[in-house]
Amino acid sequence: MEENTVKPGLFEKGGKLGWLHSTWDAFDTFLRVPATVTSKGSHVRDSIDIKRVMIIVVLALVPAALFGMWNVGYQHDLAMHDLPGFWNQFWWGLWKVIPLYLVAYIVGLGIEFAGAQIKGEEVNEGYLVSGMLIPLIVPVDVPLWMLALAVAFAVIFGKEVFGGTGMNFLNPALLCRAFLFFSYPSSMSGSQVWIARRCGADAITGATPLSYMSEGQGALDAISGAGYNFWNMFAGTVPGSVGETSVIAILIGAFILLWTGVASWKVMASSVAGALFVGWLGTAFGVTDVPAYYQLVMGGFAFGTVFMATDPVTSAQTECGKWIYGFLIGALCITVRLFNPGYAEGMMLAILLMNTFAPLIDHCVTSSATKRRAKKVYVA
Amino acid sequence: MSNTIVLKKGLNIPINGEAALETMKTIAPDVVAVKPTDFKGFSPRLLVKEGDRVLAGSPVLADKQNPDILLASPVSGTVQEIVRGEKRKLLAVLVKADGAAEAVDFGVKDPSAMDADGVRNALLKSGLWPSIIQRPYGIIANPAVTPKAVFVSAFSTAPLAADAEFVFKDEVDAIQAGITAVSKIAKVHVCVRSESSIFSKLQNATIHLVDAKKHPAGNVGVQISHISPIKKGETVWTLSLLSLAAIGKFFTQGRLVLERKVAVTGPGALKTGYVDALPGTPVCALEGCFDKEVETRFISGDVLSGESIGKDGYLGFFDNQLTLIKEGREREWFGWAKPFRFNQFSSSMAYFSWLKPKKKYDMDTNTHGGVRAFVCSDVYGKVLPMDIFPVYLIKACLAGDIDKMEQFGIYEVLPEDLALCEFVDPSKIDIQAILSDGIDLMIKEMA
Repeated sequence: MEENTVKPGLFEKGGKLGWLHSTWDAFDTFLRVPATVTSKGSHVRDSIDIKRVMIIVVLALVPAALFGMWNVGYQHDLAMHDLPGFWNQFWWGLWKVIPLYLVAYIVGLGIEFAGAQIKGEEVNEGYLVSGMLIPLIVPVDVPLWMLALAVAFAVIFGKEVFGGTGMNFLNPALLCRAFLFFSYPSSMSGSQVWIARRCGADAITGATPLSYMSEGQGALDAISGAGYNFWNMFAGTVPGSVGETSVIAILIGAFILLWTGVASWKVMASSVAGALFVGWLGTAFGVTDVPAYYQLVMGGFAFGTVFMATDPVTSAQTECGKWIYGFLIGALCITVRLFNPGYAEGMMLAILLMNTFAPLIDHCVTSSATKRRAKKVYVA
Repeated sequence: MSNTIVLKKGLNIPINGEAALETMKTIAPDVVAVKPTDFKGFSPRLLVKEGDRVLAGSPVLADKQNPDILLASPVSGTVQEIVRGEKRKLLAVLVKADGAAEAVDFGVKDPSAMDADGVRNALLKSGLWPSIIQRPYGIIANPAVTPKAVFVSAFSTAPLAADAEFVFKDEVDAIQAGITAVSKIAKVHVCVRSESSIFSKLQNATIHLVDAKKHPAGNVGVQISHISPIKKGETVWTLSLLSLAAIGKFFTQGRLVLERKVAVTGPGALKTGYVDALPGTPVCALEGCFDKEVETRFISGDVLSGESIGKDGYLGFFDNQLTLIKEGREREWFGWAKPFRFNQFSSSMAYFSWLKPKKKYDMDTNTHGGVRAFVCSDVYGKVLPMDIFPVYLIKACLAGDIDKMEQFGIYEVLPEDLALCEFVDPSKIDIQAILSDGIDLMIKEMA
């Protein structure tokens, strides 16, 4: 509120604090709709803007975030038996996850504001979503300095160097996770990292269901032997990254995204189709005995499909391209799970790879459409 | 009707202020403006000087490139002022009307007995030639080129547009004469909205039924793309019903008659309805229709593609609609963060306008957000019933890439066709202006 009591002009270009113009503008337009009126073209405009689009995604992520916070406490209690009761578990998880959010937002938004300030542009809202996503896709015990480094890398090299939100070709949140994964693999994979510890406590083993995929034909037995079944994986009471475990919470988010039209149903549907197809191939050819529909509730597949693959900036832009893009994400993700015993979670790499290929898919779609049109003969 | 075009995509903008179907008054303006800026591709050379006496139909301006193309005064009177803008650009010739309604006599002609050259020469002399628009690019037609076909949209779906069935109910014969004349030059296609339309019985033209409920189905560009898309090297002409009526009257009455029914519309209008007026009628003649205390934008045309002409402006040559809307300089607290904004329209499901599908809104000119890069990819195609990739086309225009602009369909569109894409754009990008710059670049490079 403070910002608006400040006399305007102070922060305007040429004013005393003109060098803070972008920052002032960001807070000002955050609180009040800007007074800008249309100057060219259409005289009236739809009331939707990018701020609204982004806040919808943030809202859709809230169920997964809240569930993730409780699950952090719950998983800890399962291992240590020292957190009885729902609220104890939730508060404990909350205090574990809040620092991740603080780091993600402070570092990320700090860089965004500085970038906008240097370029003299308005601050983009895109990071509101990235910052919401990042803590949900990392193990809860990831050291904060690593997270800070990864966020800085993702924002600077994933987005700002390309010109900011809308110009990037890789999903910044996933890039952040990929940076952590390749730079600090010991903090990001294995069976030691998925359950939060108290300070000084020894590592607790809490293998995720996915880590049994390497068993091949015995995978289903191994998964159920560890106490996992379809329904607790669907509900999300299993170890994993903070926000990825509960398919129920993710489906609530998916409903919000699809109803508002912010995310593409084509990408989601085709990604599920791709996963089921390769999952079915896997069982049909005896690579694994895990049924295809299990793949949908294991690991980060659901979270990635709903919140990451559908990122409108980095996914394919053409409607036909979205079908191909989504299908290949699902198919690639399960292929990695079936054939890569070392690192069974294929979703991150599948999406990043398809992010890279999305422009190529679009190129093929648009040029074939143009050629098809050129061949048509019309009689006027 | 055998030729039916079904169009599902599009959007009707629910804006308040539809014109009541009654004629409020006849405006006999003191001063009428002839504006060369209404005609894209027309570089004006003055044929008159201040103080000259002119009649309705007297040429006032000629095109520098093609001196046969003339612009005529719609009234009789004296040339009051030559209005120039920056770099002495000619903006308007103001004619002070004398009320005598004297007109140049061009002689009554029967268009059905004329040949193509006869029609061409008559139209060039009449000052009505610039009312023919040539595509690609939406420029004044080149008399030396014979087009592939001529397209006419017999209805408008633009927000609050004048109702063609009401406005032209007594002018079907004139429009028929106009079509007969133009059909001597090239084949004419007319798109109507229903079989019961007063235009569905027009002769000497192919009638197409457009089965669509939403804008921009009434845009001639959209219709062309479904009848016979414009390819590289092809030329088509488009004519509005207004122009056809004027051409028809020119042949059947032997003089230039530009009177038209103009819809006064918009949430900023105190009183809506139709007035009889001329192109170039000053806005101030509408006194009483708007609140002088409110900062109002006066738009010649519709809210999507019309031109803001200001309170001292003049009705455009191609327009039979004036839209009045408030300037939206109020700053709404927490606008984007409010769950409900029942007084703001959004076509997206991110707000709750869908709860009240029949509600009309008092829209203003606020952009409702800052300009961003393209983020959403699927909102544009939903409102564009054409087989093109709008975002790719716009990006090609931004990049100034001629090949890509060609590939993505620059020949088929005018800014008005992508106006709805601009309306729904959450990134608030000035799509029509970018497209217009792209078209200018094409004209320059392809010349």
